[in-house]
Amino acid sequence: MARALDGRQKLAFTLIGWVLALLIFFPILWTVLTSFKTEGEAIAIPPKFLAFDWTLENYVEVWERTDYLRHFRNSAIISLGSSLIGLCVAVPAAWAMAFSPTRHTRSVLMWMLSTKMLPAVGVLVPIYLLFKRFELLDTRTGLIIVLMLSNLPIMVWMLFTYFKEIPRDILEAARMDGASPAHELLHILAPMALPGIASTLLLNVILAWNESFWTLNLTAAGTGPLTAFIASFSAPEGLFYAKLSAASTLAIAPIVILGWLSQKQLVRGLTFGAVK
Amino acid sequence: MTGIALQNVSKRFGDHEVIPGIDLEIGSGELVVFVGPSGCGKSTLLRLIAGLEDISGGQLLIDGRDATRLPPARRGLSMVFQSYALYPHMTVRENIAFPLKMARRDPATIERKVTEAARILNLEQYLDRKPRELSGGQRQRVAIGRAIVREPVAFLFDEPLSNLDAALRASMRVEIAELHRQLRATMIYVTHDQIEAMTLADRIVVLNAGRVEQVGSPLELYREPATLFVAGFIGSPRMNFLNGAEANRYDAATIGVRPEHFSLSKSEGRWQGKVTLAEHLGSDTFVHVDVHGIGTLTVRAPGDLDVRHGDSLWLTPDDACVHRFDAHGKALRPTSQ
Repeated sequence: MARALDGRQKLAFTLIGWVLALLIFFPILWTVLTSFKTEGEAIAIPPKFLAFDWTLENYVEVWERTDYLRHFRNSAIISLGSSLIGLCVAVPAAWAMAFSPTRHTRSVLMWMLSTKMLPAVGVLVPIYLLFKRFELLDTRTGLIIVLMLSNLPIMVWMLFTYFKEIPRDILEAARMDGASPAHELLHILAPMALPGIASTLLLNVILAWNESFWTLNLTAAGTGPLTAFIASFSAPEGLFYAKLSAASTLAIAPIVILGWLSQKQLVRGLTFGAVK
Repeated sequence: MTGIALQNVSKRFGDHEVIPGIDLEIGSGELVVFVGPSGCGKSTLLRLIAGLEDISGGQLLIDGRDATRLPPARRGLSMVFQSYALYPHMTVRENIAFPLKMARRDPATIERKVTEAARILNLEQYLDRKPRELSGGQRQRVAIGRAIVREPVAFLFDEPLSNLDAALRASMRVEIAELHRQLRATMIYVTHDQIEAMTLADRIVVLNAGRVEQVGSPLELYREPATLFVAGFIGSPRMNFLNGAEANRYDAATIGVRPEHFSLSKSEGRWQGKVTLAEHLGSDTFVHVDVHGIGTLTVRAPGDLDVRHGDSLWLTPDDACVHRFDAHGKALRPTSQ
């Protein structure tokens, strides 16, 4: 920073920071609060902020009416599975592009990224038909494949950025020392890029956990992850805000805790290469 | 035949020809230095030999075997990089052991060889440290250790001392010379520093724009530079060049006189000029003399010479040591004088 801030400016920036953080966090806070209200208080006008009869009955009912653990397990399997398999594809791809670039590497990277700009719904019908044809509808395997593919560009990009930071000399030294490409990847590149690989994995677990377009459209009761679990509370019989909020809180809690525990790693990962 | 032979080896990057075609033989046990200004292709040539770049044309023989298309690891060469290129997540011991592990040697052999290399390089007490806990000189010694344990056909050094400070560079230079004597190994050493080249080399290869200007022992290059380029590159301070009438007097297009080949006088001589700068190094004095009609000449004089800016001096070149060049910059061999 070019100049130090004086006390008043510091206070102003701190306040702005807090206000922005609260604005961003407010919907989540409201959801959590609503989950502890009765259905009546949930839709009361004017809304009650803290002065309401706190109750756990929504959680009890949600727990009894549905199989939270099954959805949780589905979410965990799908997000971890798609991220881990994605990593197996993305690490060698990013390695090749970072250390043996051709004239077309940039274009390939841009092309991969451009697929993320396509609205997913644009390919819903073909994907749906393919899934039907190969009997992948409402299977975890199908979701793992489609989420892995849709997050692959981000994984390759992130890893490419990390790998770019690793000095070429070190990999060449390994090559001179007799390391095969597999050894080079396992013994040199992977350990050196471990922080980067970990943040890539983490971010993709979060993305896959929160993904709701494919998970809602390609599953039914059997393999629906937590997103489907939430959606089942915005059911045809009408909206039950308090129960919907309780379900949402249950669904996001694990990933929020994971994100909170690993925030240092995540921030470092996301700003990697941005600051020298 | 052992050693390394390059036969018309060339390198192109796309349409850009970096090395037009080089023939060179490096004998077994020889320490050959590639020297030249930056961008002359010396590092590329080393990387071609290492296998880190593909050879575009010609043939590379290592120990008499065609190695033109062999992957780096199968050429039996070890390389020491300017940046040391140590594996940061491994200890010194693991770094040195890495090539042996890749070669699937048994643990006992690995342990023995690592210990031996550590002893040679004075690294015994650092074996369990990570590279970041070492000084620059120690890191470079680890890199050399990693190169030694493979018992390579030849060692390749790519400007290994450039990242070190001057004092350390001088002592590492001595260590490398000592190592060469101990191991009697073939070594190819790339540097832009002509002092490193002169002090280390059995033979020096002077490169300019991807071409070999001259190959010879340090003293051959110093005494009989084949071209203007070599004459100007080898020797410090640089050789003085004179054109025109002064050169014609020697029947040449250009003549070169090294700073140490002048005699100085305050009263008489060939050329008179004014001192523009006197650099007192203690052992020597480098006197820069502005001679009317010729330009500034650098003269190496004894350390106790008492001259100052503005003094008038007479210079006389030692005719036996005047280098003559034709209009193309090629050396003219001495005619009867």
